This record gives sequence, structure tokens and C-alpha cells, in this order.
Amino acid sequence: MMLSARQVQEYIQQGLACDHVEVHGEDGQHFEAVVVSAEFVGKNMVQQHQLVYRALGDRMRQEIHALSLRTYTPEAWASVND
Amino acid sequence: MDAQEKIRAQVTANPVVLYMKGTPQFPQCGFSSVAAQILKACGVNNYVSVDVLSDPEVREGIKTYANWPTIPQLYINGEFVGGADIMREMYQNGELQKMLPKAA
Repeated sequence: MMLSARQVQEYIQQGLACDHVEVHGEDGQHFEAVVVSAEFVGKNMVQQHQLVYRALGDRMRQEIHALSLRTYTPEAWASVND
Repeated sequence: MDAQEKIRAQVTANPVVLYMKGTPQFPQCGFSSVAAQILKACGVNNYVSVDVLSDPEVREGIKTYANWPTIPQLYINGEFVGGADIMREMYQNGELQKMLPKAA
């Protein structure tokens, strides 16, 4: 079954407390996500991405071929949108 | 030697190792291509690239080695640095260039 960007967004939200999640990607395998979470505070980029991968679990190995990630703490996200 | 030991040996014996799909000359995936281009843009030519498509054990093993489910993966001095997105961000803010010359 093909995944939709909407489903990927829901999976991330179920596995990680997020302030904001945006997922794009229409081909069912390649997605781009922007994730804003307070859980990212004090973590480096690798650790932030690992939290998103953990939320997606086995889906990351099976259904999703590629996920391009941008992660922000709420504070960093606020300054991006100023 | 199992896959984990093989990977550990590769990343500790070589200062810069890129696990990718295909080769820097003939990448088989857009993300791997970006990763190789970033290293080239940093002026790094003498790194070791490992084509995971030619080694199924390493292809699976590399995902658990650094608890990172996607390829490409960049290692500098045995440390996992990141995938294509992180490499791009570190290249754009200059961090990657600072890490690389000391290593390569």
C-alpha cells in the first residue's frame, strides 16, 4: 500500500510530541518533512533526526524509501518565521 | 567477520568514509549523489566510499551501526556525522569544512 504524506505526518505526530509537522511528497516513497518539537532542545542534529526516525520505526526501513528532514526547536522555528 | 565488525574496521581505518548507493562517479540515488558532491565541494578527494548496493550485509548492518535507517552516511574519524540533509546543513553553515581538512 502506498503511503500518503498525510499518513507519514500522523505517524510522526503519534511517536513524537510535536508543535508542528509538515510533510510533502506525492509518490508514496519519497517525502520531505519539517518537524518542530520541544524534544529537540539541547540535542544535536543527529539526535533530532534519530527521534523522528524512532517515531517512524520500521516504516523507515520498509515503506519509506527516503525522508528529507529539517528539524527545529520551537525557538529556532520562531526565529525562522520572523 | 560480521557486518558490524566490518563497518567498525572500515570507519576506524579510514579518516573519511561515505556509505552510499553507487559510486561517487555513478551514484544510484539522488541523496547519495548530493553527499558525494558535498565532499567534492569541500575539496575532499581521498575519501573511502563504500557502495552498499554491492554488499547486502553492510547495507543492512550500517542501519543499526549508528542507529540511522537511511543511506548515505558520512563518518569522520570513526564518528557518525550524518546523512545527506545534515551534510548539506553543515556544509551551508561551514561546520563540515572545518571538520574535514583535519581528517582527510
